[in-house]
Amino acid sequence: MLLRKSTSLDGSDIPSSEITPRADYQRFLQDRRSFLTGAAAAGAGVLGADRLASLLNPEESVHAAGKLQTVPSPLTTHGEQLTSYQDVTTFNNYYEFGVDKSAPAHNAGGLPTRPWSIHVSGLVQKEKTIDIDSILKMHALEDRTYRHRCVEGWSMVIPWVGYSLSEFINQCQPLSTAKYVQFLSYFDKKVDKWWSESNIDWPYSEGLRMDEAMNPLTLLTVGLYGDVLPNQNGAPVRIAVPWKYGFKSAKSIVAIRFVAKQPPTTWNDLAPNEYGFYSNVNPNVDHPRWSQKTERRIGLPFYAQRRDTLMFNGYGTFVASMYQGMDLRRNF
Amino acid sequence: MKKSTLVLLKILTWAACLIPAARLAYGAITNHLGADPTRTITFMTGLAALRLLVLSLAITPARQLFPRLSWLIKFRRLLGLFAFFYASLHLFAYVGLYSYFDPHTMVTDILKRRFITVGIAAWLLLVPLAVTSTTGWIRRLGGRRWNQLHKLVYISVCLGLLHYWWQVKTGVLSPLGITLVMAALFAARPLLDWRKRRQSAARAA
Repeated sequence: MLLRKSTSLDGSDIPSSEITPRADYQRFLQDRRSFLTGAAAAGAGVLGADRLASLLNPEESVHAAGKLQTVPSPLTTHGEQLTSYQDVTTFNNYYEFGVDKSAPAHNAGGLPTRPWSIHVSGLVQKEKTIDIDSILKMHALEDRTYRHRCVEGWSMVIPWVGYSLSEFINQCQPLSTAKYVQFLSYFDKKVDKWWSESNIDWPYSEGLRMDEAMNPLTLLTVGLYGDVLPNQNGAPVRIAVPWKYGFKSAKSIVAIRFVAKQPPTTWNDLAPNEYGFYSNVNPNVDHPRWSQKTERRIGLPFYAQRRDTLMFNGYGTFVASMYQGMDLRRNF
Repeated sequence: MKKSTLVLLKILTWAACLIPAARLAYGAITNHLGADPTRTITFMTGLAALRLLVLSLAITPARQLFPRLSWLIKFRRLLGLFAFFYASLHLFAYVGLYSYFDPHTMVTDILKRRFITVGIAAWLLLVPLAVTSTTGWIRRLGGRRWNQLHKLVYISVCLGLLHYWWQVKTGVLSPLGITLVMAALFAARPLLDWRKRRQSAARAA
């Protein structure tokens, strides 16, 4: 993705960090519109002013800016057929926006992705709030294709964009007493109006052990298919932990806490016998109500969907050493 | 009720009952069954079966509550058979689309996944009811015995609801609505029987 044809024409050479956030731009348009409308009150240019505003349609300007500048990564997964953009963005588990898989694509439009920041607290040298623009600038954005295995038994292959969470954590300067990292997702009853379709104690909380969070595979994710994350996929910033079941990869993160003890996590709290804290993909440990031996790959013809689930979702060479000596049946 | 009205209502009921199948067929042809068509097909046929079962069970309380609606009984068999039709499609979707007709996968599933175990049980209980739904069978069994046999539908619908709850993730409340409706229908029966006894007692006194 380093070289692109006529980048200067579609604007993709502009680093996303230099692009005016949508909210700011709309405020600017509104300000100007009211200014022009005020001026028009003296004359007769109301229509013209409105036309001018619509000529500078913010939708189009921002969409062209949606393309992210990315570099290749040695940690990307090869040899897998990508799940289509359509499927990745219309088949989502994002219960704050409805429990039906197609609901988030319809309902997540109101998620206010700009301005956005992550509040970093807990066992750190200094508590701080990091703005999304700083997050986008912190490190080169990499193309990282990962397998994504849902605990429900389906899977996808998704070309994410982001960089190792470890880069971000290093900026947070955690203390040596920090053993776990907790991630909290955005929650506002006025926006996430579908929250009551499940009896989850919001906001959504997830967590990783420190070494898992620092593993280079754990991706701080800001995009997919070279573009910014669609809201239903956890915009503007989420994590992707490819060797764990999908629910471990928290979406729309607003706070990161460094803690000494294993933090409470949403699904583990709700049904500890069904969803472990670790939730590593493991074909040998069944969910109490269904087998995890196989999975169905979304987007393939039905007769070709079923395939064997791989230990650690096929990422054992990167992560197995972290669990040496642990009984993965007990610590599922 | 005039015969022509009845025929018209039957045609309309048939059309309404075929809507889920028509939507699936249309979706399959136009490729609009979502990212996971297997799941869409299985889910929609299962939901249609449960809804029709619940609807068929609403007929008796409705008739008791509003005697003028006693003609509704003429539609119960139709609803019940359509419920069986969708339950069978649902089972067939599982056998074909999920387990690729592989007996080994199916046996493991039935033993291992308890939501499939109860689902199969619910369907098996519907089979004798569908078979004995004809007028000939009612006559052969006699009204009382036929009625007793068809009480199996209550067990079947309970297993069907359990199947739904066990299939969704813990904490997901999608099956709640239909469960509450079913609970209301269960509660309605003894209440209506009690009211009937009281009325006849009052008349006798």
